[in-house]
Amino acid sequence: MMATALRIENPAGTSHHPGFLADTVAEDFPILHQRVHGRPLVYLDNAATTQKPRAVVEAMSRFYATDYANVHRGVYTLGARATGRFEGARARVQRFIHAPSPEEIIFVRGTTEGINLVASTFGEQHVQAGDDVLVTEMEHHSNIVPWQVLCQRKGARLRVVPIDDRGELDLEALAGLLGPRTRILAVAHVSNALGTLNPINEIVAMAHARGVPVLVDGAQAAPHLPLDVAALDADFYVFSSHKMYGPDGIGVLYGKRKLLEAMPPYQTGGDMIRSVSFERTTYDDLPHKFEAGTPAIAAAVGLHAAIDYLEAIGMAAIAREEEALLAHAVARLEAIPGVRLVGKAAHRAGAVSFVLEGVHPHDIATILDSRGVAIRAGHHCAQPVMDRFGVPATARVSVGMYNTRRDIDTLVEAVYETKEVMG
Amino acid sequence: MSDLNELYQEIILDHNKRPRNYRKLAAASKAEGHNPMCGDRVTVYVKEKDGRIEDVAFEGLGCAISTASASIMTERLKGRTVAEADTLFRRFQDMVTGKLLPGDRDGSGLDALEAFQHLSDYPMRVKCATLPWHTMKAALGDRDGAESSR
Repeated sequence: MMATALRIENPAGTSHHPGFLADTVAEDFPILHQRVHGRPLVYLDNAATTQKPRAVVEAMSRFYATDYANVHRGVYTLGARATGRFEGARARVQRFIHAPSPEEIIFVRGTTEGINLVASTFGEQHVQAGDDVLVTEMEHHSNIVPWQVLCQRKGARLRVVPIDDRGELDLEALAGLLGPRTRILAVAHVSNALGTLNPINEIVAMAHARGVPVLVDGAQAAPHLPLDVAALDADFYVFSSHKMYGPDGIGVLYGKRKLLEAMPPYQTGGDMIRSVSFERTTYDDLPHKFEAGTPAIAAAVGLHAAIDYLEAIGMAAIAREEEALLAHAVARLEAIPGVRLVGKAAHRAGAVSFVLEGVHPHDIATILDSRGVAIRAGHHCAQPVMDRFGVPATARVSVGMYNTRRDIDTLVEAVYETKEVMG
Repeated sequence: MSDLNELYQEIILDHNKRPRNYRKLAAASKAEGHNPMCGDRVTVYVKEKDGRIEDVAFEGLGCAISTASASIMTERLKGRTVAEADTLFRRFQDMVTGKLLPGDRDGSGLDALEAFQHLSDYPMRVKCATLPWHTMKAALGDRDGAESSR
């Protein structure tokens, strides 16, 4: 529980032996301590979703047991307490990502909804016929399709920043594509399919030098790296709670105040209005303008607990441990005859994708599962990436803070067994 | 879950490595099947005359289960009537979803297709095996069997 995490707090950043973090936190995740097909579970699908520490589950359960009511409504005590917890979670998120103010933190269902919100409000306002919207070749479908639909509706062009053979963004091409008609650049901080960690500060600076605002899809960055949206100067930054050890059903859209204030509401209804008559409606201030209806209240409380948990360990320590673990995974996977890594970026976070000669990723995943190892096989909602590398699918290994070198070794052993089974 | 060797039986591995009837068929009706979950794609070609399947072939990229299923399907369907193909597909579907009891298999005509009986233990993989069959139905002009078997 929290005490465990606090015990290993390491603010000075002094080195400890590799695997120390994972071994210490693993006991906080009850779900990991089970057998699957008779083997100890090795969970390596953290890019899809992360498991939840006991502290998160208990915080939500306690909240339901003691403080639950609807928010921003009741004058009674429970209503006030629930509102306090919900707004407390917002302030916690603000501090976690170093946003200037809590009003710039909009609670959404997840990254997908956050991007859709920006595309259908900011995008709707600023993108006109003949304009350009820029995305990259490594984006998740959720950072492609909302923009594609917007462009189709507006008669605008969706333009794509290519990636190279290592799975890194072509920054020269980006510079060439940033033009006077570019209205927004939507780019992943970390690629979910390739594990590429983009030089996001440089990318934002390049876009801003041309007057282009940037939406950063941080879904795969938030669980792995320290975030500072103010230093990054991102115009919008979006991420999901469930990928960072918090509950599903809630995510965060950070936006610069002056942009959010100028945007129309996304959905309309209760909890987002100032006054309604049948003649006209005036909308509430930020952040409520974008939060129509009853929000995911307990999920916000859970996200708060997840951030407390992460920061007790320290994001810098997590980043350091995971970088070493990924390097181990890359080295061991590359050494398997017949394995080809898909994406070999110099800077990586979270994930490694690979293919195995003569064996479809789906078969790899089934055989790995029989050895207790959970990985993802498929296109990872990034079909353009698959097309770029000429594969229908990949096997993807994605780590979390509870994964150890032993987990990677078990995975590698299971890949060798896969080769045997498939002959 | 049952033993892996029951899923990846010798006959399945063999058809995966050396798929039969893996080719284009000229002047045949065809349909493309796509499983958006895993990216598998299969094209099935069917030559039908007077209600009988004269020739059937496939091409595509898929996992061992879908490739072997397509391959064995083509072997089993050649020379069958469309009605027989329908019946066989229904029985195959029932078997891989665990609705066909082992006792019911006698006289079912499944034969080599029984290699896929353990798929009922792997619900996430059932669609791999049924995709070529749905695609075959689509090629025969039955749009209900269409596209993907999501």
